[in-house]
Amino acid sequence: MSALCLDIDPSIKLATRAAYGPTLANLADSGMPVVAVDADLTGSTTTAKFASAKPEYSARLFNCGIAEQNMIDVAAGLALTGHIAFTGSFAVFGTGRAYDQIRNTACYSKLNVKIAPTHAGISVGPDGGSHQMLEDVALMRAIPNMRVLVPADYNSACAAIKLAADTSGPVYIRMGRAAVGQIYGKDVQLNMGASCVLREGQDVTIIANGVEIKEALEAADILAQRGIDAEIIDAFCVKPLDEDTIIRSVQKTGCALVAEEHSVMGGLGDAVANAICRRHPVPCAFVGMRDIFGKSGEFDELMHYFGLDAEAIVKAACQLCEND
Amino acid sequence: MFSVHTDSLERIAREMRCNVLSMIGEAGSGHPGGSLSCIDILTALYFGGVLKHNPTDPDMAERDRFILAKGHAAPALYATLSKAGYFPEEELKTLRKLGSRLQGHPDSSLVPGVEVSTGSLGQGLSISCGIACGLQLQNQPGYVFTLMGDGECEEGQVWEAAMFAAHRKLGNLVAIVDGNGLQIDGRVQDVCNPENICNKFAAFGWETCEVDGHDIGALIDTLSKIKAADTNSPHLVMAHTVKGKGVSFMEDEAGWHGKAPNAEQLKAALDELHTENEVTA
Repeated sequence: MSALCLDIDPSIKLATRAAYGPTLANLADSGMPVVAVDADLTGSTTTAKFASAKPEYSARLFNCGIAEQNMIDVAAGLALTGHIAFTGSFAVFGTGRAYDQIRNTACYSKLNVKIAPTHAGISVGPDGGSHQMLEDVALMRAIPNMRVLVPADYNSACAAIKLAADTSGPVYIRMGRAAVGQIYGKDVQLNMGASCVLREGQDVTIIANGVEIKEALEAADILAQRGIDAEIIDAFCVKPLDEDTIIRSVQKTGCALVAEEHSVMGGLGDAVANAICRRHPVPCAFVGMRDIFGKSGEFDELMHYFGLDAEAIVKAACQLCEND
Repeated sequence: MFSVHTDSLERIAREMRCNVLSMIGEAGSGHPGGSLSCIDILTALYFGGVLKHNPTDPDMAERDRFILAKGHAAPALYATLSKAGYFPEEELKTLRKLGSRLQGHPDSSLVPGVEVSTGSLGQGLSISCGIACGLQLQNQPGYVFTLMGDGECEEGQVWEAAMFAAHRKLGNLVAIVDGNGLQIDGRVQDVCNPENICNKFAAFGWETCEVDGHDIGALIDTLSKIKAADTNSPHLVMAHTVKGKGVSFMEDEAGWHGKAPNAEQLKAALDELHTENEVTA
């Protein structure tokens, strides 16, 4: 329904992480003082593509080796000299391993440090539970001065990185390894504190982000066949959350389902529930990781195993609408 | 060669020691031991012509940077910055009080002259590495001076930064260790000994030297020579200091790491420093 959905080819699948290095190069091309700081994962995070985009960009990539705490504070120092410092690594290390550095330096001093790790959530797949970061949104969301972005596809990841660069102060951008179909057109622009209504509906509001957007859209098609008209909101900005759009939607539908590739504790679900409790209480359901670690498997298998796929969303939405 | 100059610098250092004690006494909490141990180092940097800085233009592009990695020595930094004119000395008595700019640990969003907020140990050297990289990228001439504790060197991140700085050839980085030999739980060598700190930094590729951290003339000489040398290696200066320096009953006592003097103790401490002031004046 949205203009955002025009001109896309869902058969082209790209991981959100693939947006990282090339977008940093684009930002540098536009004259922004962007630098990348990584921790031995320049190929995986694609910051190597930034460094190789032009000969002079190689000096703007700082590889700290396997030392994530140093990585965040080196970025802080670069920010203190006027640079827009993007950090990399995998989400589990780029947030959890360096939490104190993010909290006490990047956020407390409100520095222009962007925490932009890749390989978040269970989409890491076969690497298993040690590498499947499912608490990062909760960790980042709780820190004052931090903004939290969770893009759904390649094009919105490009837009999220640009938005982070345009935003003064720390921003968290969550990117994944799984290749996902396009949802947004290539010229999509995201705004801080906004959301995107991807589908309008009357019966249930489904609020999702990241890889759950694709699942939610599939679920909406199945629900439509069962006579349930779902509204889909992409809450790509978890903090600050676009409460107004969510509240307007639940005033219409009377119930809310939140789907996230993240623990049900502290992430988008809690943020939405908080807003709904305060402003317009309605029945809610939550699709997410249920206080458990992940495990090895292929991404699609894991999405089904842990009850995060379209089928799980359909089941939860049907229960919610029956009880409503 | 520094005798006349250092006499006045020693007077400045004594006045700052008095201010440190008075503000902690007024606050009723704070860290006198590690503040007093680094006063002479701060005096050499800010008043001995080592650090290029401008209190009327704290963000001057060509300035050197000072990062207080051991953020609990905030009273020493506040005493220094106010003495230099970054903010009124009168404000020191608001330390740690609700509504004050002078937080228990330095907050860069509040206090002019504080480059970055610190307080969580082990981070200052990494931040300084990033600043040194940034200055090099911009072809800026500034040096970055970091003041760390010897106990702080127990933090693993210090060694991540040590490796990084040497690898990146950060010759514009100078780390000074306030080697007072004590931490909260006792002697650094007894708690979890990080020594020999100089040798360890040297093994990573740093140029290292040792100096009496209470000899202001020697500190100025050492730090000035490092700036003049213009090398490709980062520099570590192990400054041997005494925790609580200047107040006999606080000297070399771990118990004075994070405890404020009561009114009687404060008076005794100030009397001792004032007497010393008069003798040398």
